[in-house]
Amino acid sequence: MGKIALRNVNKSFGATTIIPNIDLDIEDGEFVVFVGPSGCGKSTLLRLIAGLEDVTGGTISIDGRDVTNEAPSKRKLAMVFQSYALYPHMTVAKNIAFPLKMAGESQDVIDRKVKDAARVLNLTNYLERRPGQLSGGQRQRVAIGRAIVRQPSAFLFDEPLSNLDAALRGTMRLEISELHQQLKTTMVYVTHDQVEAMTMADKIVVLNAGNIEQVGSPLELYKTPKNLFVAGFIGSPKMNFVNGGPAAAHGAATIGIRPEHVKVSKTQGEWKGVVGVAEHLGADTFIHVNTEAAGPLTVRADGDLSVEHGETVHLTPDPARIHRFGQDGLAL
Amino acid sequence: MARAVTTRHKTIATAAAWIVALLIFFPILYTIITSFKSEQEAIQGFSLFPSGTLESYAEVQSQYNYFRPFLNSVILSVGSTVLALVVAIPAAWAMAFSPTRRTKDILMWMLSTKMMPAVAVLFPIYLIFRDFGLLDSRIGMTIMLMLINLPIVVWMLYTYFREIPGEILEAARMDGASLWNEIVYVLTPMAIPGIASTLLLNIILAWNEAFWTIRLTTTNAAPLTAFISSFSSPQGLFWAKLSAASTLAIAPILIMGWFSQKQLVRGLTFGAVK
Repeated sequence: MGKIALRNVNKSFGATTIIPNIDLDIEDGEFVVFVGPSGCGKSTLLRLIAGLEDVTGGTISIDGRDVTNEAPSKRKLAMVFQSYALYPHMTVAKNIAFPLKMAGESQDVIDRKVKDAARVLNLTNYLERRPGQLSGGQRQRVAIGRAIVRQPSAFLFDEPLSNLDAALRGTMRLEISELHQQLKTTMVYVTHDQVEAMTMADKIVVLNAGNIEQVGSPLELYKTPKNLFVAGFIGSPKMNFVNGGPAAAHGAATIGIRPEHVKVSKTQGEWKGVVGVAEHLGADTFIHVNTEAAGPLTVRADGDLSVEHGETVHLTPDPARIHRFGQDGLAL
Repeated sequence: MARAVTTRHKTIATAAAWIVALLIFFPILYTIITSFKSEQEAIQGFSLFPSGTLESYAEVQSQYNYFRPFLNSVILSVGSTVLALVVAIPAAWAMAFSPTRRTKDILMWMLSTKMMPAVAVLFPIYLIFRDFGLLDSRIGMTIMLMLINLPIVVWMLYTYFREIPGEILEAARMDGASLWNEIVYVLTPMAIPGIASTLLLNIILAWNEAFWTIRLTTTNAAPLTAFISSFSSPQGLFWAKLSAASTLAIAPILIMGWFSQKQLVRGLTFGAVK
């Protein structure tokens, strides 16, 4: 079980309000990702759930039990930190065994569970090593091992992959997703990387300046962003925003067009423009075009399309996939 | 060419370092040399070559009881250091891991007590010791030495504890550790190198403390520092015997310092380089 509910939760450090007021429900077994730019309060929110920070107001309950004033050790949650936070003076085996030891498990049980966790995480050959003798990826696995042995009601991940290189990040992302499939335990995951959010989450919570901008499945956020912030934050490359005439033609203050929803032609189209930079990624080509009517636009085109700097192209947005936003920035 | 210059610079630097080291060490060396002279030789003038007589040692040993002040030195320095650690570990822990707006001020205030000359509080402390019957008592001196070194101990431990990433302690909390378990299983093992160098440095400071030990003790609780000073009175100066007593007094701490060099250097230069 791992149902987490936040009611009117707010947090201030002195006179600075980090989180004004948040209501959020995390269902049992869900993989929830908190995503947002740096300083949006996502890590603070996670630490409030963990109990590492005290709430200024509001209540937090886990499985219906009010834990607002309970110590982190009593909340039955496990956390994986960005810095791994392994105990440097203990071996891998002892690191993984630590929560079990604190829970007063017998040595037999500890040995068995540590062995199981090591097998699942490919750490069997490293059990007698110290964290300092491991690579970044292995260290993160130890941190995950330490989290899973205790069978917590939920896992909290605080940007666990930011210290890893790009290739390893991809692998670990997959491993964490697989772990979630296996364990089916609630996971709350904080990241500033919207790709991680899109690929891993059942539910994404987009945060900005301590407020929840939108909650939904990755595809919901992609297809129906509630406002300009979510529209711009979710999706890579970023959504193009066009104001003025072209927007007014659709009855909106601003229209948003995703780069993948624009057709490029060398002969005809709605907006004429000049190619600035073309980034050839192989499968795709990202073309940055300066149009006369709609300003600078990014287009995601087929990798086979050959365009060059300075070339004139014509762009046509897919009318069915234009997002319309009002003066207040909200979707129409 | 550049290489030759570097080598020459290195040689000069090494020679300079040796000269400075010898200058600093010379008083100790000359004390040791003098201790192997007769009283006659000792007052005759500067000489680096003693006759090698052991008569001063024999006399110090036979006429004065070396063992008692030695034992007092051990009890006072170790006792005061352990007591200081017992008080300072929780204090430094609190200041390092749950600092308030006033923490820096408290640390500064504690350290400021070391900036005052000890003699400024000689009278009040002497009178307090007299009224509480603590003069010339081991308990009184242990407390005194603990208190005068406490600011340094707290400050050093605070610096060490600050080096321990807070996330590791938070991880322990998430892993279900109580405050006590967090201190026993996570904080202390990680802080042991720091605690060890603090302990060593404080033992040395307490061992060499001479202002208070000489003024507040006579015989019962007198450590080696008071023992040495007793040779410069009342029948006049006995350089050879004084030197022999000094050598005996500094030998234990010198040997201890030699064996714990690594820890000590870390303690003294801590925070200077990462």
